Amino acid sequence: MVEKIVVSEKNIKFLKKVQELSGEDIILCDQCGVCSGSCPMVAEMDITPSNLMRMVQLGIEDVMKSKTMWLCASCFACTARCPRGLDLSKVAEALRLINLRKAIDQIDINNLSGEEIKRLPQIALVGGMRKFTS
Amino acid sequence: MRIGVYVCHCGGNISEVVDVKAVAEFAGKQADVVLARDYEHMCSEIGQKMVQDDIEEQKLDRIVIAACSPQFQGITFMRTLEDTGMSPYVLEMANIREQCSWPHFDKPREATEKAKDLIRMAIAKVRYDEPLERKTKPIGKRVLVIGAGIAGIQASLDLGDAGFEVYLVEKNPSIGGKMAQLSRTFPTEDCAACILSPKMADVPANKNIKLLVNSEIEKVSGYLGNFNVTIVRKPIYVDPVKCVACGLCEEKCPVKVTDEADFEVGLRSRKAIYLPFDFAVPHKYLIDENHCLFLTKQRCRLCEKICPHDAIEFDQKPQKKEITVDTIIVATGYDVFDARKKPMYGYGKYKNVISSLQMERLIVNAAAGAPIRSPGKRIAFIQCVGSRDEQIDTEYCSRICCMYATKLSQLLKRSDPTRDVYVFYTDLRAYGKGFEEYYKRAQSTGVKFIRGRVAEAIENPETKKVTLRVEDTLTRHLLEFEFDLVVLSVGLQPSEGTSKMAEVLKLAKSSDGFIQEAHPKFRPVDTLIDGIFVAGTAQGPKDIPDTVAQASGAAARAIRLMNRGVIDVAPVTAFLHENLCDGCELCVEQCPIEAISMSDGLAVVNDSVCTGCGICIKHCPKNALDLHCYTNKQIETVVEAALADKKEDEVRILVFADDTCAYRLADSVGTNKMSYSTDSRFIRVPSGARVTPNQILKAFKQGADGVFLGDCEQKASPFRETVKAIDDNVTVVREALKEAGISPGRIRYATFVTIMLGGMVKHVNELSALAREEGPIPAEKRKSLGQAAMAKAPRA
Repeated sequence: MVEKIVVSEKNIKFLKKVQELSGEDIILCDQCGVCSGSCPMVAEMDITPSNLMRMVQLGIEDVMKSKTMWLCASCFACTARCPRGLDLSKVAEALRLINLRKAIDQIDINNLSGEEIKRLPQIALVGGMRKFTS
Repeated sequence: MRIGVYVCHCGGNISEVVDVKAVAEFAGKQADVVLARDYEHMCSEIGQKMVQDDIEEQKLDRIVIAACSPQFQGITFMRTLEDTGMSPYVLEMANIREQCSWPHFDKPREATEKAKDLIRMAIAKVRYDEPLERKTKPIGKRVLVIGAGIAGIQASLDLGDAGFEVYLVEKNPSIGGKMAQLSRTFPTEDCAACILSPKMADVPANKNIKLLVNSEIEKVSGYLGNFNVTIVRKPIYVDPVKCVACGLCEEKCPVKVTDEADFEVGLRSRKAIYLPFDFAVPHKYLIDENHCLFLTKQRCRLCEKICPHDAIEFDQKPQKKEITVDTIIVATGYDVFDARKKPMYGYGKYKNVISSLQMERLIVNAAAGAPIRSPGKRIAFIQCVGSRDEQIDTEYCSRICCMYATKLSQLLKRSDPTRDVYVFYTDLRAYGKGFEEYYKRAQSTGVKFIRGRVAEAIENPETKKVTLRVEDTLTRHLLEFEFDLVVLSVGLQPSEGTSKMAEVLKLAKSSDGFIQEAHPKFRPVDTLIDGIFVAGTAQGPKDIPDTVAQASGAAARAIRLMNRGVIDVAPVTAFLHENLCDGCELCVEQCPIEAISMSDGLAVVNDSVCTGCGICIKHCPKNALDLHCYTNKQIETVVEAALADKKEDEVRILVFADDTCAYRLADSVGTNKMSYSTDSRFIRVPSGARVTPNQILKAFKQGADGVFLGDCEQKASPFRETVKAIDDNVTVVREALKEAGISPGRIRYATFVTIMLGGMVKHVNELSALAREEGPIPAEKRKSLGQAAMAKAPRA
């Protein structure tokens, strides 16, 4: 079904929040798609990075349900190529923060098996905790 | 004295913010004001007639018009006065639109108060206006056109046909520019060479055009009506008179050269002695000194031996030529973007990635029956390579790439309908006449347009085919397509020649690096220097019709100046109060252009040399030097008027804005409805250097809480050494402020070119914020302000 979007105060508030948290002027994105083509993780994503930017521009909070921001590896390939000079990894980080500030963790260390904890490099564990937990 | 004041509504532009009735009533109460009226449109025929009738009936001898900027309608009202037989210089305009109602649109009360001040200031000044005559000086009919691409050719032909003497200077061996390299022109698909070559042939045929190829402009000095130009002709080692272009030398020459700067964009090699291209004008051979065996290694000389006309001249040297011209047209064009700066597309590395200019040549050569290489079956165009990309500091759109890609893709598809041709675009801009229809035609021809900026190109090391990775941003799918050939739609950049000429001629450049026009709407081919015009892509990316129109426009603007044989010059020059001059000679060496000399123990200003910067004034210990139209008395009374009604708790900022940059900039700020502090009062001066340190200190004594001097960057200024003079003055004032215990930050200056809108706003607001924070300067501190300690050091 085609969803109807009504852009209201709420949407603008959401956009402003993401702009503030990321420090990026998201409305400047002109949707060229170079980020998506450059992203090494895009094949795993449900929506492309440029689609994520567009949703934030329109203040569609459903973007929070996407897993794209969790898959962002902060490799900065998009940032290095964005013709408008935007840093998309900061936007992804901002979206993650909105989630984490509600104290919703994306991983639980208790669910990791002893084997997994043993196998994972320490830096990956620490990095993962920083990225996925509040 | 009988002053008439007119307050314009400007059809609501002013009256919707400023209470014009109250302002007119206020004006009517000022001393010597005989009448004050307000009217809907002062610049209309009725408005002007009203002024003329009043002059007649009320015997007015001074006029104040409170309306738009004097930069906008000043000339109109000067003519209104002139038509009645009055001097056009007993007129003052109070700028209550650009510098009041527009920037203060959200503060009607303050704007109304400011409008009253601006009128009080104009009345103060008009009182001391001298009824000067218009000045003229003779001007000749000689024009220098720099660059012989289609813009330079068109301008030269128009000027030559109109009977003007044209020097057309081209640094390449042939005229024709980039257009000569193109296949067909969009959207009509005329063959570029076929429509251009007759025009090229017209150039040497025109007896009024002197064509100088292989030549560059080394130096330009002087001004409108008297530009002295040094031209250097590079050696070509062939006598163009003897050469008949038989081509025997080329056959014998053993050296092969491949160069991307060549006509064939590096796709074909040529010899070290060569003809630039087959329809080159002049149609003469030349020797490439970087590759010729004799010129590099003292060997060979085969061409010299074979030439049946003895045309080879290995002893040619660079030749200098000095000419004097009255006006200059800059038509130095563009360079295409060097796609090596976007390494993800593999240009210069992958065999099957080429530039759009190379594609033009592939098509021309194939159509001529001499194909260079096959374009293959699957071809992709990548748009915006070198345009709209902040990663390479190119923010602007190059305007023509969408359409030339649309053209090239169609030509490819039509010559072989089994080809798959894709255009990957960011936004497809089909803005011109017939463009949208042309785009639609490409779609129906079967060219596939995909919206997405290509992320990267990857070459298959075996097949050499190229895969592109791109998001189709409309379906949000990632695409990975393989192509036989990838064409990069490279953008336009200011050419090397354009940057060099901007430097040589001291022309302002806009932030994109192209040459800045004097006004984006009404003076699109004038530069900020009188008598120098710009045409074609030197001013910014544009297509051929726009270039030709602009070239004809530049020619017409140059003719407008030269055709009458005389030009008007503003009578703003320095003059001497002879009774005060004691013949100390201090001023003589301070004048940056040596316009002052001594005669009979008195200083004498040479009117025809003096540009009216006003630097000399502060150096006269006897206050004997002064400036017409901006006299000491006028500056001082205007300052007084600007501070007259200041209340005790109020702060007021005076901005001395130079006529060429800062005042125009303040107007543009207003036009763009950018608001700034209502504490500011702008005073128009020829240059900030005209205001002496003592005059600034006097302003502080009388109630100014901040003074800002805005001036041209030196390279954009009509004057010399003004920035240094301002810097010196500000230093002196700062010292005096410090001594009186006043914060030295209350005086500041900045230099601009006319595009730095935000900069102007920032400076005014910061100064106002500082003054508000520290509060008005206490009276006792104002009183303790001393005189400026003037350095007597000679000019460096």
